[in-house]
Amino acid sequence: MSDLQEFQPVIVGFLCNWCSYRAADLAGTSRMGYPATLRDIRIMCTGRLDPAFVLKALRGGADGVLIMGCHPGQCHYEEGNYKALRRVALLKRTLAQLGVEPERVQLGWASAAEGVVFAEKVAEMTEQIRALGPLRWGGNLADKANGNGTLAGVAAMDEEVVS
Amino acid sequence: MSENGKPKLALYWASSCGGCEISVLAVHEKILDVAEAFDIVFWPCVMDFKEKDVEAMADGEIDVCLFNGAIRNSENEHMAKLLRRKSKVMVAYGSCSHEGCMPGLANFFDREQMLNFIYVDSPSTDNPERVFPQVETEKPEGTLTLPEFYNTVKTLDQVVPVEYYLPGCPPEAQWTLAAVEAILSGELPPPGSVIGLDVTVCDECPRERSEKKITHFYRPYEIDPDPDICLLDQGLFCAGIATRAGCGALCPRVNMGCRGCYGPNEGVEDQGAKLIAGIASVIDARTPEDIDAILDTLPDPAGYFYRFSLAHSMLHRTALAEGDRTAQAIEEVPRLDPKLGT
Repeated sequence: MSDLQEFQPVIVGFLCNWCSYRAADLAGTSRMGYPATLRDIRIMCTGRLDPAFVLKALRGGADGVLIMGCHPGQCHYEEGNYKALRRVALLKRTLAQLGVEPERVQLGWASAAEGVVFAEKVAEMTEQIRALGPLRWGGNLADKANGNGTLAGVAAMDEEVVS
Repeated sequence: MSENGKPKLALYWASSCGGCEISVLAVHEKILDVAEAFDIVFWPCVMDFKEKDVEAMADGEIDVCLFNGAIRNSENEHMAKLLRRKSKVMVAYGSCSHEGCMPGLANFFDREQMLNFIYVDSPSTDNPERVFPQVETEKPEGTLTLPEFYNTVKTLDQVVPVEYYLPGCPPEAQWTLAAVEAILSGELPPPGSVIGLDVTVCDECPRERSEKKITHFYRPYEIDPDPDICLLDQGLFCAGIATRAGCGALCPRVNMGCRGCYGPNEGVEDQGAKLIAGIASVIDARTPEDIDAILDTLPDPAGYFYRFSLAHSMLHRTALAEGDRTAQAIEEVPRLDPKLGT
């Protein structure tokens, strides 16, 4: 991809049922404009987010992962978003050691009334990922020096994901 | 089967330390039963068979192959494919062939970094002419060859289909014996099974657990842990919460946190992801600043979480430099369907 302006990142979104998914709905029904880069998945709570979901998205071709939930102190299940806060912090430290830039995995908060906050977060993250370029994780595993590119269990490749 | 009616057994080591070979002998005097029950046709560590002896066998002639070691170079891959072709049942024996283990930690680096350190930069090396091993070297007497060193360490099942896994670094003798007995009796679990327990090391650990609230992680030398209380409760990293049971909690019993060598427990693909989820959950902090202060006491999280399983983790390795990547599709090795049974 020579021209970065043409690069449309694929961002997988994990949105909590009670706040951020509603914020996304509100952004839509209010006809707010934001980049069509997010593929959102509704989870009941950010506390449900298994770090493996994020790894699977990145391995499968996503360029970034956005996790959004209720503001701290407003979790529907009281503690879930605090758990997410800690997990994402530790996940990002681990990913940094594996060469994944910190901007590629982000955590944000948006209440059900904050469609604007949601839309702005998607726009902001899209710009950051554009600047970084594609992740193309599968390309790390398939080069010739890996033994003719044979690697079972990692079937997904660039462009294949969620388009 | 041999002419004498005994099933044929092969044992091989690829990229490994040799501990798995020794662990086979940890069944003690029962090794005589194994030698009695099987016709050992290939075991380079112990007996004088060569690769050509395996080449000469018919496909599927070996009944069982216990393969230890990861796939780190072209020779490992060649032997894995050869033995797979010659064997009816392929067993990934030990953590290296199962999860990548210590050789898999090389996936934190790439080939250039590894070769540069080993052959040039390491303190004990004197190599001003930067001589590196070559795959082929022309000499008057002919061409000398060495195996090709790969960028990425792979597990056995990333190269060939595998019927059974015996986890552990090394596997505990009781499970080796259980596998041998299952093979001899013909009462085999479904293909794809891991021979061991489905639960985690915590279920075998005798230490007393309470609700965890970690405010500081300690290195093992920093504190003298209470011998009866959960090590994680005391701030010592322990991978037992996300590691398959089967070892009898050997390490926690002697005041050392579980390293995670049995790999993820049943149904889990990425051991590190579960460790991140579990460890982060019990940190006693609610603001980013407090969380960071506690996490600063846990250096090298990726090393802790993927100590044994990096090569079999979802991301598999660190990102390569852009020029070293390719966009070619990855060929899928046929997977065994556990539902097929035997």
